[in-house]
Amino acid sequence: MILLTWYLILSGVLFTIGAVGVLIRRNAIVIFMCIELMLNAVNLAFVTFARQLNSMDGQIFVFFIMTVAAAEAAVGLAIIIAIYRNKATVNVDNINLMKW
Amino acid sequence: MLAGLLFIIMGLITIVCALCVVFQKNPIYSAIFLIQTMVSLAVLYVLLHAQFIAAIQVMVYAGAIMVLFVFVIMLLNLNKTDVEGDYDKLLFQKPSAIILGFILVVMIGVVTLNTVFQGTQGEYTPESISQIGNTQLVGKMLFTKYVFPFEIASILLFAAVLGAIILAKKQIIKDKEV
Repeated sequence: MILLTWYLILSGVLFTIGAVGVLIRRNAIVIFMCIELMLNAVNLAFVTFARQLNSMDGQIFVFFIMTVAAAEAAVGLAIIIAIYRNKATVNVDNINLMKW
Repeated sequence: MLAGLLFIIMGLITIVCALCVVFQKNPIYSAIFLIQTMVSLAVLYVLLHAQFIAAIQVMVYAGAIMVLFVFVIMLLNLNKTDVEGDYDKLLFQKPSAIILGFILVVMIGVVTLNTVFQGTQGEYTPESISQIGNTQLVGKMLFTKYVFPFEIASILLFAAVLGAIILAKKQIIKDKEV
């Protein structure tokens, strides 16, 4: 199953793009989108392994990851709105209230 | 053969759109490219015989979650100048992040290519799945083997909805008291 290796590499590339995006962007909303990108990469790896091992458990896990991602997006965007209301910015360099 | 060709096309689209998500200046363009990334991932899921996951991917991710993102971007009405300023507080963050990302992708590639992934083979081959039906199997497993995580997921979603409402609502009552 040589093709499944390439699926895993694609998943790794997507995860890396997401991780680099989290590090280099300063806009909090874009950082959130990059986190979604990383979650999607992990989902792709799960589905690939489920296909390779002839198992359904990986697909069930993707289902639960999507649930967690939806919850995370809702709460995170609410936090961003609350921060914007208080500080009028979503630049993560300016959100340093808890910095020691 | 056809599946391999489709994988190459869709994989390239996915990577290019993911790069655009990171490097677009305007957040709304990032959101649009992220939607395209998710849709092409759904095509890859169909290639891997996970039809139900592909449908859920389009509906939940590309539909619900991205609508949430686009709504927040519209609500905050950001223009790019006041978010990503010309100055950088952390001078070496961008180059070092790109170098570390390059190292990470090389390491993932080397490890993946040199590892023989083994595991106990399950009972659900693509033929048997297509006989029963992908969605039926997912439903059966959700309500038998994974019924406890399923219930926990409902509590999690409930807590997330409550938390989002409490965090994002305006503090009208406090203002009236003042």
